[in-house]
Amino acid sequence: MSSAAASTDASPIATALPEGKDAKAFHRLVFVIIAALLVVLPFILYPVFLMKVLCFALFALAFNLLLGYGGLLSFGHAAYFGMASYVSAYAAKVWGLTPELAIIAGTLVAALLGLVFGALAIRRQGIYFSMITLALAQMVFFFSLQAKFTGGEDGIQAVPRGHLFGVISLADDRVLYALVALIFFAGLLLIYRIIHSPFGQVLKAIRDNEPRAISLGYRANQYKLAVFVLSTTLAGLAGATKAIVFQLASLTDVHWSMSGEVVLMTLVGGMGTVFGPILGSFVIIAMENYLAQFGAWVTIIQGVVFVVCVLLFREGILGLVARTLKRPL
Amino acid sequence: MPTILGVPMQALFGQLLLGLINGSFYAILSLGLAIIFGLLNIINFTHGAQYMMGAFVAWMLLNYAGLGYWWALILAPIVVGLFGVILERLLISRLYKLDHLYGLLLTFGLALIIQGLFRNEYGVSGLPYAIPSELSGGQRLPFMFLPNYRGWVVVASLVVCLATWLVIEKTKLGAYLRAATENPTLVQAFGVNVPLLLTLTYGFGVALAAFAGVLAAPVYSVNPNMGADIIIVVFAVVVIGGMGSILGSIITGFTLGLIEGLTKVFYPEASSTVIFVIMVLVLLVKPAGLFGRTA
Repeated sequence: MSSAAASTDASPIATALPEGKDAKAFHRLVFVIIAALLVVLPFILYPVFLMKVLCFALFALAFNLLLGYGGLLSFGHAAYFGMASYVSAYAAKVWGLTPELAIIAGTLVAALLGLVFGALAIRRQGIYFSMITLALAQMVFFFSLQAKFTGGEDGIQAVPRGHLFGVISLADDRVLYALVALIFFAGLLLIYRIIHSPFGQVLKAIRDNEPRAISLGYRANQYKLAVFVLSTTLAGLAGATKAIVFQLASLTDVHWSMSGEVVLMTLVGGMGTVFGPILGSFVIIAMENYLAQFGAWVTIIQGVVFVVCVLLFREGILGLVARTLKRPL
Repeated sequence: MPTILGVPMQALFGQLLLGLINGSFYAILSLGLAIIFGLLNIINFTHGAQYMMGAFVAWMLLNYAGLGYWWALILAPIVVGLFGVILERLLISRLYKLDHLYGLLLTFGLALIIQGLFRNEYGVSGLPYAIPSELSGGQRLPFMFLPNYRGWVVVASLVVCLATWLVIEKTKLGAYLRAATENPTLVQAFGVNVPLLLTLTYGFGVALAAFAGVLAAPVYSVNPNMGADIIIVVFAVVVIGGMGSILGSIITGFTLGLIEGLTKVFYPEASSTVIFVIMVLVLLVKPAGLFGRTA
């Protein structure tokens, strides 16, 4: 095509570090550190803040699975996060489901939505894919604005946290934190497993050179759709959990700026690194909490972070750390 | 009063006209996006913000410098276009060798900054901008009342779109542009200054967006969020039409505006989503877009 076309075969994801035998042991160490942090941090930091970080970290991990390993930039991931959050909130409040069932209901809806939207969006590639996912997400936004069950501008408020399995009360922040940490860790393990499975290897092959993968006999579109649905399902899990934690589902969760935010978290943490999005969401959420008093400046600073990261710091924090340590993260 | 399918004719044609006006904004904006993407390979997410800036520059010229609508129509595209040239030289030009997605992310970040700054300064309630006195009033047609200004917007947009098409298809500069879209390396080897061409193209695309912004200022109030709302719809328009053809973008833009207007009359609940639904249908039937070439 033209100037930039020659460079598109160079994958956008910078980390091409070889995964040696010690990588596995190293990753095991990282997992142990994360688990230890999950146990220790609530004694140091405010648990509600941590739960927010964990929900967004799972959201960003799910997004990064699609971008970093599928090579697909979805600019509409808020649709799955937000819709799952609405369904989970509605199920818990109106149907009176227990929290685990409400979360499952939200997650399933996100999976279904991902299946439909994914099947549409993968019909086009590259930049069109991003525009289509954004447009579809905007459709979901307008739907949420008008539909009865979402409560329009008010959203769904005062969602009960309820009793887990109908037995354990989640009213205590510490109990709820344990649940959220468990969901987050399970999600992280699942994503790690997907990336390092044969399925994940084929995905990377398609990401790096789709025509070659097709010529080797892989049905690229089926793989793309599968990773898209996996990603939206996990994004839905994050959104559904968030609705129970904050007892609220609102239009903010389905708005395009939320889609932008998850891109930013992943970019800051390191696109295509396994653990980067966790760090990225911690940084961004902490920044938002700290800057909340400055109102509209939050958007401006987010924009500046975008620009600076794209121009000067494309590998992200963990990308840089991985390069320094010469180990894939 | 005569009615069509149970809808008063005045309301029907009024909405159709408003649809046509929205359609002309879609056409101008998608045209600019397509030209920029064709040559720079960047989806300009800042396009909506630059459309908004056009409206704001018009408002500022009136309130700070006392220069009216007609001055704004000329000056605002120049000012915002120059701003675009600076953006391209300082920031965007650093990304040409990278994957498309970085261009999208950079321009998205820029849009956040620009919109945030305007929101801080002017709030979100919107500022009024009066219709110029030459175009106030309207014509009483047999089937509807046509406000002069709305008629003017449609005519001016059509003229600008067709002029752009003529420049690209019929002039030497346009030939350079089309050649550089096909193969920039070869065109540069022939002695054409391709980097300059890239800068000017970006500036021109941005100026088009600002022009649409000035046209929009008296119809809708001047609002920092006006660009964010429209740009996503324009993305859908671009997916529907495909970016391969200039005339295709123009036709798609106007047609979708009309369809949106019709939806407002017959099924208002769907008016904000109808374009996205059409996008879904087009993706199912003709994934490359109505005027697109399959890559």
